[in-house]
Amino acid sequence: MTHFYQTGTFAVGNRLLDEDAASVQADPARANSITKGHRACQGCGEALGARYALDAALRASGGQLIAANATGCLEVFSTPFPESSWRLPWIHSLFANAPAVATGIAAALRAQGRTDIRVVGQGGDGGTVDIGLACLSGMFERGDDVLYICYDNEAYMNTGVQRSAATPPAARTATTEPLGTHPGNAFGQGKNLPLIAMAHELPYVATATVAELRDLERKVERAMQLHGARYLHVLVPCPLGWGSATADTINIARLAKESGLFPVFEAEDGRVVRVSPIRRQVPVEDYLRRQKRYAHLFAGAGRPDVIAQLQASADRNIARFGLLADGGEEPAERDIGLLDVLATSERGAQ
Amino acid sequence: MPSQIEGSLAVARTVARCRPQVVCAYPITPQTHIVEALSRMVAAGELAPCEFVNVESEFAAMSVAIGASATGARVYTATASQGLLYMAEALFNASGLGLPIVMTVANRAIGAPINIWNDHSDAMALRDCGWVQLYATDNQEAADMHVQAFRLAQECSLPVMVCMDGFVLTHAVEPLEVAEQQDVDAYLPPFVARQALDPSAPATIGAMVGPEAFTEVRYLAHAKQMDALDAIPGLAAEFERRFDRASGGLLGGYRCEDARTVIVALGSVFGTLQDVVDERRADGRTVGVLAIKSFRPFPLAELRAALADAGQVIVLERAFAVGVGGIVSADVHAALAGLRVPIHTVVAGLGGRAVTRRSLHAMLDQAHAGSLPELHFLDLNTQLVERELARMREGTSPGPHAENILRELGIVAAGPV
Repeated sequence: MTHFYQTGTFAVGNRLLDEDAASVQADPARANSITKGHRACQGCGEALGARYALDAALRASGGQLIAANATGCLEVFSTPFPESSWRLPWIHSLFANAPAVATGIAAALRAQGRTDIRVVGQGGDGGTVDIGLACLSGMFERGDDVLYICYDNEAYMNTGVQRSAATPPAARTATTEPLGTHPGNAFGQGKNLPLIAMAHELPYVATATVAELRDLERKVERAMQLHGARYLHVLVPCPLGWGSATADTINIARLAKESGLFPVFEAEDGRVVRVSPIRRQVPVEDYLRRQKRYAHLFAGAGRPDVIAQLQASADRNIARFGLLADGGEEPAERDIGLLDVLATSERGAQ
Repeated sequence: MPSQIEGSLAVARTVARCRPQVVCAYPITPQTHIVEALSRMVAAGELAPCEFVNVESEFAAMSVAIGASATGARVYTATASQGLLYMAEALFNASGLGLPIVMTVANRAIGAPINIWNDHSDAMALRDCGWVQLYATDNQEAADMHVQAFRLAQECSLPVMVCMDGFVLTHAVEPLEVAEQQDVDAYLPPFVARQALDPSAPATIGAMVGPEAFTEVRYLAHAKQMDALDAIPGLAAEFERRFDRASGGLLGGYRCEDARTVIVALGSVFGTLQDVVDERRADGRTVGVLAIKSFRPFPLAELRAALADAGQVIVLERAFAVGVGGIVSADVHAALAGLRVPIHTVVAGLGGRAVTRRSLHAMLDQAHAGSLPELHFLDLNTQLVERELARMREGTSPGPHAENILRELGIVAAGPV
C-alpha cells in the first residue's frame, strides 16, 4: 500500500535529489512497516524514529522481519485493537521482557531452520534502561541474533512523564518537580546504555537521532548486515513530555546532537569506530530554552549554575568522543575504547 | 521395560521424546536435574532440532518461551518456588495469549523463611494465572503427564503446568517406564500453531484490548479451560490404550466407593494415604482417598459425584491461604454446595515436613471421634507457637520469628531466647 503524502515525488528534498540518493520514504515501494491511523501525538519523535528504523530493517531483510515490542507509547499508540498500524508480524508481551521475547523468536526460527527471517526488539527508554535491562543484558551476553532498538524520549511518557534512568539531570518530570531550590531531576552518574551495550562487546552499537533520518537508516542497514546481538539507541524528542512545540521535534533532536549533550556514534566490538561530528556547535542553553521541562532554569534570576553543569557534561561528551575534531559533515573515523571514554573527565574537556 | 532412574531424568527423557524445539532454563532447586539432563541431550544431538537457551532469570525463561511459542515452536521449561513467582507476570501473559507452553513445576515452599523443600505454596499461589495445573501422584505419572500435557496444550491452545513434588518425586530413584518414541509420536502429532509470527502472513499479537471486549477475551480463557476439562479424561484414556498404563485424568480414587471418610489430596502424599487407607480398612474403618490430578480446570461435577455419598471429607492441603484457611478446600466446598457433607481442612507437610502414617492415623482418629476441627494444622508444635506469641505480646522487639523458634529447638546455638 502506498500513500501520496508518504511517497509524493514532489516532496521537498526528494525532488532535489537523484533517485538513488532519495530517502527510502520517497520510494513508492517502501516497506511501510507502521502505517497511518495510529494514535501518536502530533510531532511524536518515537513514531518517526520507529517508522524509519523498521522500514530500513524490513528493506534490509527483504521483508523477512519479526518485531517484539515492549509495553509503552509505541505499543499503545500503534495497536488499539482491532486496529493495528503494523504491517509486519509483531508481538507485544510485557513491559520488561521484549529482549527475551525476541530471543525466543530467534531461537524458534533457528530450530525451524528459518534463519532468513530476522528479529527486531524495541521499546522506549523505560522498557530498555530500567525495567527491561536484565533481559536486555541477558540477550546481549548470549549474543542472540536480535537487533534491539531503544527509542529514548528520556522519561516514562506513556504513564504521564515520570522520571526514568534516562531522564537527564535538571529535567522536570512529574516525579522530579523543580520545587524550591531543587533543580528537577538530580545530577548523578546517569545510566548510559550505549556504553553498557559496548561493555558487552557487541558487534555493533550505535546512537542516532530523528534529526538525521538517513543516518538512522544507514545504521539500521549496517546492523542488519551483522549477526548476533546489536543495539541501536535513538533519541526521539517528545513534545508532550519535553514541553516543546510539535513542529520543533527535528530541530530539538538536532540541537541535542549539535550541543554535544547527545553524542552520535557507532561502536563495533566494544570500540567507538565512527562519530558524527558537530557541524556548528551550540551552547546547551539553545537546546534547553526550547523545552518547558527546563523552564525553571530560566525563570526569574535563572539557574546559571545548573546550566553550567549541563554545559560541562556536553563538553565532556565532546572530549570523550572527539565530536569537534573534524568539523565535516560525514561520519569521522575514530578508535576509542570504552575505558578511554569513561576515563575522559570533565577536566579533559577543557 | 522399566529402568531404575531418578524422577527428574524420567521427566527429561519423556519431554525429549515430545520433541520440543525450544527449551529455556534457569536453575532453581529442585527442578535443576530436569533441565540439566535436557541440556546434555541437546548438546549431544540426541534432541534435535532443539534450541536450549540458558537465560538470566525465570522471568526471562517464560518470556523466551512466549516468543518461541508465538513463532510456532513447541516449547518447554521447568521451574519451582520463587522461580515460579518471579515469572508470575509472564505466566498470565502466556495464558492470555493462548500459547501452548508446557512447564514442569517441582513444587517447593515459598519464603520467607526461605525453604527449599516440598509443599504446594508455589503452584497454589499461581492457581489463577490461567494455566492448566496437573498434579502428579507419583513419578510414573509425572513423566506420563508430560506427554498428555503437550497434547492438551496444543489441542486447547493453553499453557500447561505439570506439578510434581520437589525432592519427594524429582529426586527419587525408582523403576520407571519412559514412553517410547514411536508411541509418543503416534500419540502426539506435530505442533501446528493456531497463531504464529510469520512474515508471509503478518499478524499483530498482544495488542491492547479495552473495556469493549476485555470481558469476552477473558471469558474465552475460561471457555478454553472448560474445553480442557472435557478433553483430559479422553486424553488419559487414549494414553492408557496406547501405553498400557493409567496416568493422569481429572481424579484418581482409591477405595472411595463405600468410604464413610474420604481424604482429598494432591500430589505424592497420595501414596502414603493409600497405605493408611489399607491399614484403616484392615481395622474395619471405611476410609478412601481421592487425588485431584487436574486442579485447573477444577472438576467440580466429577468431584461432587465422587464425594456425594461420603459421611465426611478431609481435604489434606500442602499449602494454605493465610487469613482464611484451605485453598483446595474452598473449591471442594463449591463442588459439594448444598450436600451437607462436613468438610475439614488439614494443612500438612509445609516446607518439607514429612506427612507420616502415624500423624495421618491420629488425624483420622480425631475425625472418627468427631473432634477434628474445621481447620487443623497437622503436627503443629503448639507449645512452640504459644511461647513465640507470648514473646510478641511481652516485648516490643522480640526479633525474627524464625530465629526465635529455631533457637528454642536448639538448632541455632545463639544463646537463650
